[in-house]
Amino acid sequence: MSELIRLVNCVMAFDDVTVLNSINLTIKDKEFLTLLGPSGCGKTTTLRIIGGFEVPTSGDVFFDNVRINDVPPYRRRVNTVFQRYALFPHLNVFENVAFGLRVAKVPKADIERRVRESLDLVGLRGYDKRASHQLSGGQQQRVAIARAIVNHPQVLLLDEPLGALDLKLRKEMQIELKRIQQQVGITFVYVTHDQEEALTMSDTVVVMNDGVIQQIGTPVDIYNEPKNAFVADFIGESNIVPGVMHRDCEVSFAGRVFRCVDTGFAPDEPVDVVIRPEDVRLSPPEEGQLDGEVLSVTFKGVHYEMMVRARDFTWMIHSTASEPVGARVGLSVRPFDIHIMHRAEKTEAAS
Amino acid sequence: MKVLKGAYSGLIFLFLYAPIVVLIAFSFNGAKSRGAWGGFSFRWYESLAQNADILHALRNTLIVALLSAVVATIIGTAAALGMHHMRRGLANFMLNVTYLPVLNPDIVTGISLLILYVFIGINLGFSSLLLAHITFNIPYVILSVSPRLKGMNRHIFEAALDLGAGPVRAFFKVIVPEILPGIVNGFLLAVTLSIDDFVISFFTAGPGVSTLSITVYSMARKGIKPEINALSSIMFVVVLLLLLTVNIRAGRDIRRRAQTHVRSHSPRALSSREH
Repeated sequence: MSELIRLVNCVMAFDDVTVLNSINLTIKDKEFLTLLGPSGCGKTTTLRIIGGFEVPTSGDVFFDNVRINDVPPYRRRVNTVFQRYALFPHLNVFENVAFGLRVAKVPKADIERRVRESLDLVGLRGYDKRASHQLSGGQQQRVAIARAIVNHPQVLLLDEPLGALDLKLRKEMQIELKRIQQQVGITFVYVTHDQEEALTMSDTVVVMNDGVIQQIGTPVDIYNEPKNAFVADFIGESNIVPGVMHRDCEVSFAGRVFRCVDTGFAPDEPVDVVIRPEDVRLSPPEEGQLDGEVLSVTFKGVHYEMMVRARDFTWMIHSTASEPVGARVGLSVRPFDIHIMHRAEKTEAAS
Repeated sequence: MKVLKGAYSGLIFLFLYAPIVVLIAFSFNGAKSRGAWGGFSFRWYESLAQNADILHALRNTLIVALLSAVVATIIGTAAALGMHHMRRGLANFMLNVTYLPVLNPDIVTGISLLILYVFIGINLGFSSLLLAHITFNIPYVILSVSPRLKGMNRHIFEAALDLGAGPVRAFFKVIVPEILPGIVNGFLLAVTLSIDDFVISFFTAGPGVSTLSITVYSMARKGIKPEINALSSIMFVVVLLLLLTVNIRAGRDIRRRAQTHVRSHSPRALSSREH
């Protein structure tokens, strides 16, 4: 896959507030890339820079190796699906989808054909005469997608497109979007704060916080090898415990020494130890590496979520078996389930 | 109780509309007397149509109403757009400033315009009248366009740019159709208020230029002729029809948007309940 878009040292400041802090990002052709982060992390601003609605305060944006900082949105080979859809209320479904083609003076017969193709693609055949306010949220969503892809853009930008839909519809649309992306074969840049959405659909996930990119990787990498405590905490649930890395493959936390698989830390470096709730194993108290008392048990459908107090840390544990509240249990973790992270500077400053 | 309620509203309407009903009834009176009924007749309407002064005043009224409404609509719409893109504090301040002339008594507006004209040396006549009407019409246009802009999805302009339309084209293809009902309402309101106005016109028209309401006033000073009844009836009906149009359009608009609102927001309400 070749490189399509490149952001180089992009900084964005509104008045005195820095929203983006030196973003460097490469987006490859035909990939599904997700910008993931909490609200206010700069993900939407990044998308708007690519769309041409914001010009970075400093830094450069390249498209196909051409600098496009000053190219207005109407001259970019990029289309956007806006948050809350932004359909044109005075136009019906057909005219909404045909808008870009009419502006581009595409011949009438081609407009007719391409609009129908797009409506077919999003599963809205026969809706052309409907007014946009007669559609449900999910249908408006599909019209917004059809309106964008009918122009054959090289990149489709999606700004929290599923944010306004209910849970079930959102899951359906996730699968639908992935299908559409593969069928049309173009690059999708997708903004969301929903980590599950990001993991389900993306080829590449970019985790952002406070205007800084925290980690770029495949969903599996991001989940299994989070680079810092923020990513670990934001992607799924995690137990984050302070520890000390004595030497390669040897870390101490919770009052004892564990074997792990991480290397390359300074001797006795203070670190964050991240362990996923599903990686903590329960056993009889005397067989565990740690022992503790069950504080609470919650049934979550597929698994039970238990809070276990061991020494001065409360562990979150996911398990298909449950222990009663008040029971003594043993906890153990396998070496490759222990993830060691450099202490983030922010945590040091805060503490 | 029900009877009492009916009687009460009946009484209110009687007081409100009795003068107009009497006026309209007497405009069809065949006799010249103001007190006695002399049979149904169109004779005062006919003599109205032959009165050169009145026809001249009618022409002035229509020209001033249409011209001032067109100019005020353009200026008012531009102002509403500008205010829409201001910071919120500044926009609120500007909106209140535009409200002021609406609340200002007509006589104060009239006299202050007169003093201003004399001060900067504009001769009173048709153009001073037209300028005055444009001035008092602008706030009404702003006030009917602004709510349309507020209710608009702020991304639709960007969506048009995104789909390849330049800024000017995006404005005319997307923003104008969205706020058009507000613009048309503002225009109709401006026409109505311009026809309706007497006080401000009286101070700013100058000698030799008169509108219908000024003509009615000067005729009435010489004694109420039955023609005045006919003329007033026509003005009442025209203004009533214009106001009805404005209100029906506004009502339809609110209903339509309420519908859109409910539809686009209910899924969100659902999803937030699920979390």
